[in-house]
Amino acid sequence: MRRADALAAIYPQLEHAVVVTIMGAVAAELQAIGHRPNFFYLQHAMGLASSMGLGIALARPEKQVIVFDGDGSILMNLGGFTTLARYRPRNLVHVVFDNESLLSVGGFPTATSTGSDLAGIAAAAGVPRTATVRTLDEFTHAFADALRAGDLTTIVAKVEAVGPSAFVTDLALLENRFEFQKWLRQR
Amino acid sequence: MRRVPVSVSSSRVIYDALKAGGVRLVSALPETWLVHLIRMAEDDPDMTLVRLAKEEEGVGISAGAHLAGVKSAMLMQNHGFLASINGIVSCAQLYRIPLLMLISYRGEFGERDPWQTEGGGVTEDLLRALRIPFSYLDDPSHVARRLHKAQTLAQSANRPVALLLCRDLMWEE
Repeated sequence: MRRADALAAIYPQLEHAVVVTIMGAVAAELQAIGHRPNFFYLQHAMGLASSMGLGIALARPEKQVIVFDGDGSILMNLGGFTTLARYRPRNLVHVVFDNESLLSVGGFPTATSTGSDLAGIAAAAGVPRTATVRTLDEFTHAFADALRAGDLTTIVAKVEAVGPSAFVTDLALLENRFEFQKWLRQR
Repeated sequence: MRRVPVSVSSSRVIYDALKAGGVRLVSALPETWLVHLIRMAEDDPDMTLVRLAKEEEGVGISAGAHLAGVKSAMLMQNHGFLASINGIVSCAQLYRIPLLMLISYRGEFGERDPWQTEGGGVTEDLLRALRIPFSYLDDPSHVARRLHKAQTLAQSANRPVALLLCRDLMWEE
C-alpha cells in the first residue's frame, strides 16, 4: 500500500474532521490531494502530532480529531501512547503510517523494520482499539470502523517507503497555523 | 508519603491566579514542589489535568488546546523544561504558540539535593538563549500580578513565556 493512495481513499471523510499531520511526506501528499483549512501540518517537533491531537481532542470533545503520524515520529514519543490511553479521547483516531524508515532523511530503517510492533506497543499502553493493516482495503475498513466505534483507535498502516520528490510546499507554516486556528474556533 | 514542607498557601495563590487567568487545562509531570498545585488541579472539576509521561508532550497538548481556544499552562521542573526544548522551539516558537510555563526552579541557592544543581545552573541561560521572557515568582504578594502580566505578553506576542517558581515561594523551611 502507498501512503498517498491511503490518504486519497479516506480523503472525503476528512471534510469535517480536525486533521493534524506530521512533517515530510505525509504533509506534502495530503496537500497535493487538496489542502483544507481544517488540516494542520506540524512541520517539525517530531513526536508531538499525537500530543497536539490529544490537546485538541480534550479541548473540543465534540469534534472528530484525526492524527496522521509516522513510525519515525511516534518512536520519538512512545510515552505519549500511555498519555493518550490514560485520557482516552473517544474522538481521536490515530493513524500511524509505518514505512519502517526515516524516508525524508535518506530512508534509514527504523526499529519497526526489525520487528518493533507499534500497534502492540499502543495496545500494551492501554489504547483500547488498535489494528495493523497492510492493504488499502483493510485500511479503509479499519478507518471507517474507528470513526463508527467512537473510541480512541490507533491504526498502524504498513506502507511502502516511497514519497513525493519534494517536501516543501507553497503553504507557509504560519498561514496554515492561523487559518487552522480560525477554522477550529469558529466551529 | 514523605512529608515535605512545600507551601500549600503559596500553591493556592498560584492556582487561584491560573484560574483567574482563565486557564482550563494544565499539563503536569509531578515533582516535589508541584504536589499541591497538581492536587488542586486534580480536585477542580472545572480543570482538565493531563498527567504526562514526559514534559515535552505538554508542549503539543498546550499547542492543540490553544488552537482550539482553550487556555492552558504547563507545570514542570526545570529539568522538564530542559527535556522539552525541541518541542518549545520547533512547535511552540515555530508556530507562535503562547505557552505559559510554570517551572519549579530547582538547584538555585539553598538547594540540598546534589542532583538538582546542574540543571539549576543552566536554567536562566537557556531561557535567555531561547529568547523566552521570564520572571520569578518568589513572594506570594506578586504572584497574581506577574502571572497575569506573563499571560498577557504570551498572548500578545504569541510566544512562550516562563515563570520560575522559586524556593522562597515554594519551600517553607
